[in-house]
Amino acid sequence: MTTVSGKASPVALGRGALREFGTLFALGLDVLIGMFRRPFQVREFIQQFWFVASVAIVPAALIAIPFGAVITLQLGSLTAQIGASSFNGAASVLAVIQQASPIVTALVVSGAAGSAICADLGARTIREEIDAMEVLGVSPIQRLVVPRVQATMLVAALLNGMVSVVGVCGGYFFNVIVQGGTPGAFLASFSALAQLPDLWVGEIKAVIFGFLAGLVASYRGLNPRGGPKGVGDVVNQSVVITFLLLFFVNFVISVVYLQIVPPKGA
Amino acid sequence: MGVEVAVQGLSKSFGRTPIWRDVSLTLPAGEVSVLLGPSGTGKSVFLKCLIGLLKPERGSVVIDGTDLVHCRESTLYRLRRLFGVLFQDGALFGSMSVLDNVCFPLREHTRESESEVRRIAREKLELVGLGGAEDKLPGEISGGMRKRAGLARALVLEPEIILCDEPDSGLDPVRTAYLSQLLIDLNAQLDATILIVTHNITVARTVPDNLGMLFRRELVMFGPREVLLTSDEPVVAQFLNGRRFGPIGMSEEKDTATMAAEREQARAGHNDGASGEDVRGVAPQLEPTPGLPPRDAVRRRRERVMRMLPTLPDAARRSVLASFDTASATRTAETAPAHGVAGPAGGPNLGSPGEERWR
Repeated sequence: MTTVSGKASPVALGRGALREFGTLFALGLDVLIGMFRRPFQVREFIQQFWFVASVAIVPAALIAIPFGAVITLQLGSLTAQIGASSFNGAASVLAVIQQASPIVTALVVSGAAGSAICADLGARTIREEIDAMEVLGVSPIQRLVVPRVQATMLVAALLNGMVSVVGVCGGYFFNVIVQGGTPGAFLASFSALAQLPDLWVGEIKAVIFGFLAGLVASYRGLNPRGGPKGVGDVVNQSVVITFLLLFFVNFVISVVYLQIVPPKGA
Repeated sequence: MGVEVAVQGLSKSFGRTPIWRDVSLTLPAGEVSVLLGPSGTGKSVFLKCLIGLLKPERGSVVIDGTDLVHCRESTLYRLRRLFGVLFQDGALFGSMSVLDNVCFPLREHTRESESEVRRIAREKLELVGLGGAEDKLPGEISGGMRKRAGLARALVLEPEIILCDEPDSGLDPVRTAYLSQLLIDLNAQLDATILIVTHNITVARTVPDNLGMLFRRELVMFGPREVLLTSDEPVVAQFLNGRRFGPIGMSEEKDTATMAAEREQARAGHNDGASGEDVRGVAPQLEPTPGLPPRDAVRRRRERVMRMLPTLPDAARRSVLASFDTASATRTAETAPAHGVAGPAGGPNLGSPGEERWR
């Protein structure tokens, strides 16, 4: 067979991408099943949880403050223009809890913890540690991947709560102090437009994004190509792929949510 | 007793590059086999296919009546517990101390108490001569020590099949000799099936019961050690003697022009990089350290080889018969009270097949 080497045809590229997503999906299913299968790796889970939390908390809080502020400032001037500045609080809370907070959480978890997980697993793979583990009759998915994915999920869920609070506080501060809004109106409008399902969907998003961050990091880490340089490459890819997936999945969830949950007062 | 591993028509390629085609061999239960081959002929890949880490395109690997290539994942994990694998550089878990590494399989698979786990692990570490390095991390010990620690970890679950990927690479000749002796002793004690992949000639000549060679994407031969050691095949002769002249080149195969040029050089008296002696021929096999039980494999192999004797090439047949003669001579000597436990590998074994060795 003679083919042009070095330049893959678009068909081959597309097929390769499909195959990658297929194996990623298969790993995702394996991990989901593994979560409910004993033995539960308590030690590994706690270690990973602690690690993910320790690298993610501070950056998440630091991003949350300006993010909440920007949204509030933007909405503040907008609502003032159309004469609805009393609803500024509700609008910024909705934006922060539903959209900003899960996204910020996932970006930080993926960027700070996912990259470290990916590099760790990648290094273990090229040192044949993963092979050795399989040969010893221990499934690396059960032993290593499942606790890591669980850790990123739990951290994302908890961190999401913190980011929401910090974000709303930041928004409050800038609205009241900088833009001269009324504190009472800001707080009172919370319950005018926002409702409990908004909080739920934010948490659900955070858990799903945490799952994706842990899964993609593990998947790329277990499949590095070509030695130590390959590990660097897969860390890079894992962050980029997670970000792409994240915004796509966020879009899908948001559309579905807005369709099935009626807005308050409508 | 160890388990038989039957490989049938195994083929593996990476993308469009075939690694080897149609490899069929049987590792007889409880015997020691060595697979030789120049660098880059896919020996390690073959090992990985045997334990299901890589999936060959065609063929089967049957262990205990189960085909390892086409079985469910859970079956695969269960079967893998029969294996102890020594990876090329030990493949220790970098985040755990040497002792924890050796404890790992016990902690995952058995319900032993912590003190018992540590006792067994220490015992295996003593066995490979790593008594003092228990608390070191794999990054803090030398390559040879990592390799021995890897062996201790492979042995800790008392495997039925032991696979060694180049146990000699990175070890000096003395340590290699100790390791060879250790493998033979293990075979005597556990009666495990052992496959060693290597390109070390001394190991190939003194350790195995069976010997095979991979070259040019296929299995050149596999059978009782005498067959390969007395073979006239140019590849085998070149490889055993470590010469440049022959079919094996720097890149795996050689073109005819290079071969002709080298023949010219040889005719002009250019030294070909080997000692000049012909080291083919059957060297005496290692025996278990005195005091250990005799290897059952020797008896079983004798019966097996006797059955296949008519099919063997002439030289191999003579060599087999000669070795069996001396073996029975040694055995009668051993029954005499004075030599009860002595029975070293040398002595009577060396003498009589002499004319065979140099032919």
